[in-house]
Amino acid sequence: MPGILIRNAFVIDPLSGVKGEVMDIAIRDGKIVEEASTDAVVIDAARCLTLPGGIDSHSHVCGTKVNFGRYMSPEDMRAGRTARKGVMHVTSGYSVPTTFGNSYRYSTMGYTTILEGAMAPLEARHTHEEFTATPHQDMLANTLFDGNWSIMEAVKEKDVKRAAAVVAWTLSAVKGFAIKLTNPGGTEAWGWGGDVNSIHDQVPHFGVTPAEIIGTMIQANELLNLPHSVHLHCNNLGVPGNYQTTLETIGLVPDLNRDRQSLYLTHVQFHSYGGSTWRDICSKSEDVARAVNNTPQVVMDMGQIMFGRTTTMTADGPMEFKLYMLHHNKWSNHDVELETGSGITPVYYGRKSLVNCVMWSIGLELALLAKNPWQCLLSTDNPNGAPFVKYPEIIALLMSRRFRENERKMIDPRTEHFVPLFAIERELDWYEIAVMTRAAQAKALGITRIGKGYLAPGAEADVAIFPLKPDEIDPSVDYQQVMAGFSRTRYTIKRGRVVARDGEVVVEGANSTIWTRANVPPAYDMSSDPEFTKKFEQYYTVRMRNYPVQDIYLPRGVRIDTEASL
Amino acid sequence: MKIEDVVCPFCGCLCDDLVVQVEGNRVVNVENGCTLANEKFMGDHRLETPIRRSGKKWERISYDEAIAETAGILLDADRPLLYGWSGTYGEAQTIGVHLAEVLGAVIDNTSTVCHGPSIMAIQEVGHPGCTLGQIKNRADVVIYWAANPIEAHPRHMSRYTTFADGFFVKNAFRERKVIVVDVRETDSSQIADEFVKVNPGGDYAILSALRAIVRGKRDIIPPNVEGVSREQLFRVAEICMAAKFGAIFFGVGLTMASGKYKNIRNAIELTEELNRHTKFTISPMRGHWNVYGSNEVFTWITGYPYAVDFARGIAFYNPGETTSVDILRRGECDACLVVASDPGAHFPRACAEHLARIPTIQIDPHVNATTHLSQIQIPVAVTGIDAEGTAYRMDGVPLRTRKLFQGSHPDDLEVLEKIYAIVREAKG
Repeated sequence: MPGILIRNAFVIDPLSGVKGEVMDIAIRDGKIVEEASTDAVVIDAARCLTLPGGIDSHSHVCGTKVNFGRYMSPEDMRAGRTARKGVMHVTSGYSVPTTFGNSYRYSTMGYTTILEGAMAPLEARHTHEEFTATPHQDMLANTLFDGNWSIMEAVKEKDVKRAAAVVAWTLSAVKGFAIKLTNPGGTEAWGWGGDVNSIHDQVPHFGVTPAEIIGTMIQANELLNLPHSVHLHCNNLGVPGNYQTTLETIGLVPDLNRDRQSLYLTHVQFHSYGGSTWRDICSKSEDVARAVNNTPQVVMDMGQIMFGRTTTMTADGPMEFKLYMLHHNKWSNHDVELETGSGITPVYYGRKSLVNCVMWSIGLELALLAKNPWQCLLSTDNPNGAPFVKYPEIIALLMSRRFRENERKMIDPRTEHFVPLFAIERELDWYEIAVMTRAAQAKALGITRIGKGYLAPGAEADVAIFPLKPDEIDPSVDYQQVMAGFSRTRYTIKRGRVVARDGEVVVEGANSTIWTRANVPPAYDMSSDPEFTKKFEQYYTVRMRNYPVQDIYLPRGVRIDTEASL
Repeated sequence: MKIEDVVCPFCGCLCDDLVVQVEGNRVVNVENGCTLANEKFMGDHRLETPIRRSGKKWERISYDEAIAETAGILLDADRPLLYGWSGTYGEAQTIGVHLAEVLGAVIDNTSTVCHGPSIMAIQEVGHPGCTLGQIKNRADVVIYWAANPIEAHPRHMSRYTTFADGFFVKNAFRERKVIVVDVRETDSSQIADEFVKVNPGGDYAILSALRAIVRGKRDIIPPNVEGVSREQLFRVAEICMAAKFGAIFFGVGLTMASGKYKNIRNAIELTEELNRHTKFTISPMRGHWNVYGSNEVFTWITGYPYAVDFARGIAFYNPGETTSVDILRRGECDACLVVASDPGAHFPRACAEHLARIPTIQIDPHVNATTHLSQIQIPVAVTGIDAEGTAYRMDGVPLRTRKLFQGSHPDDLEVLEKIYAIVREAKG
């Protein structure tokens, strides 16, 4: 391959300390290099904004519940259809697009890496099958441990090392990337139709609390030296007054890692509510942002909601049932034996709903009140807050106070009594947006070690060139242009190949799946542990030998090996 | 050679604990399997080579010839239909969908004549379900509604429900109540704690009555609803509401009875209603092995679980219009590729007649009723015996089947990939 030379690029590369310089970028053999070969294809970036490929650190795009969201929603499939064109397959869907739909739309927005937010280990093979059909992004899978019986037993025994050993076996078996806890303890309680209402509630039968599960798993994660931290969906999602739970949870987090956070809090907008009912719900973004600002060992993502229709889907089964009771729209649920749960229900976030307007404000506030952009990543918890195609609009809202003021006129006029948003003057700049959409994700996920999230020599050549000239436009005023620019790259380059141009995908993709294997001493190898194997003999409905995901499901697997400190 | 933990390729239970003994390229013994599994493995009489109809006779042809002719027929057709898919594995189904996309064809799976209406109901009201282990470990009440697992899914009760001891239900047979609802006595109804015998076509009314009782409206229930006494309905509702964890399984007897998808909708809404009091789940008894996998694969590629029409360039779905039975009955389809199923045995007569009129090609290991309607048949390896790939259990748990020996036939994927390559080349 001749390689590529991008000339005249307006580069922001936060991890390399580049904060907006016009420079050239040379690419060869899928990597960024010092110098291009003489026959390199030259792309004139014409001083357009050039960033590392986008990384989504929390998105629901592949796997059992995502596909069930499609399965149960032909109306959503009809809402976003494209025909076969060139190398592009047919796509369907708006809030839960088909795998190719997700892949093409992300690619034309400059995204090259996505972390699937929740994979049930028992159904991991399904997630990996869909990863293969999402060909333009490298994929990673958060692996659910929130209701894992073996984990809860280890927590009960206060045996952190055993918990770590269970994680190591499971991640390796299901080719997962990181530990995900979704409403820890709550998904097991939901097995009986219940839930936990605080981090100190006991999980029925298992005699452990969410706080104990979270604390143990944070430590186990560090014993295994995993690239990412524990990735937590807090308890009490969507409940008025839940900011207390969130603050208590943040208060639990020790600082155990020099290179990254010790806990990743996802979709924090859904966890920053004051009040006690839907009538008096208000924003507690200031309290939560203050706690995050004072706790450098945590990172959060926004979980912004945007007005319009979408489909909610999460492993948090009890929460989805509550949402169903509220909306009476169709509802699906899928509990997974010994492991976790899940639920799905469509929602409409309306500008005329005060509650929705408060939620919309909170997400933006978190991003504007977090002092350090490395601690607050841009997300919608796709598709829970909104489909990811709304990211450009969120960027524009964060960069333009004028845009926010214009929106203020369109929403429920009472909103301003419940939220501080309109008193916040801050407008984010290009650099902060670059941090919040790629660099901070790479750092938080711990994947800079495999060349993700930056553009210095040696990095993976994942590059996005946007039709935006930072010297010429003022995002505070020209927010429409910002929105349009982030919606469609001029070029998306993935592993050194131009994969999308001006809104169209131009090649067939060949992605990688990134997973983690923590090597543990033989004494901690769960495959021969009698208690652990008994679970398969007696309680799972799948034989232990048939459980692990075979290598064939990862045609281009990238394994990150770690040595456990056990 | 003895091979352990083999995944059974017959029904939607996907039992994965079979022990199969193989000699050369023949299965000689199966342990842990039900009678259906044993027959699937042991009674395996294959068609040896591809065959083509020549006047009133069949002639043997080569694979290359059969594949080229199949591709030619599909390319010549204006309204091709690619039907079946439930007996094969996900990777082959994937190529099938891409083939349909390039051809502008209709692709449909056997849901069209089994749980298609269940899917339509789910699309209206959702589906509160769970994996089978959740039921095995927790359920103290299990309801089989218009399903006869003892005959259709022989190990369902022993692996997942009635006789399956679980973590919270140590002695399933004693601690777990089984209710069977059906229009007639069956082997399954005979072991039920409560058998509710409904008049044929009366399910919808029974479901409505139960919903009313659960909602606290006992007063409006007449003394007898579709052959069932009010007292029994009260009793059943009480058992359900007193359950710690209840699970409903429904069969095609509910899906395909009068009322069709409305029955399922009502059953799902009853389940939702019960969730306001306790924990309840509902699950279809998917019959044809990997039919659920074909729904999954179709869905992540096209957005729809079955009956997908690519004629407009986009994926279009409208059951009743784009479903195989309707396309065939209208005489609309002018070529049909059947893969891993037997519409000749299951479709209405008018549809089978149309299949016999048009060029129908079958990719299947065995001679079956569809063979008699076909122009060409291409025999392949049997998935789960001499071909491996992904299949989805009735509850959505995906498993990888094992290849027990190297047979002499190509598998579905190899044959379909060759057809796809020719079609892609021709379509540019």
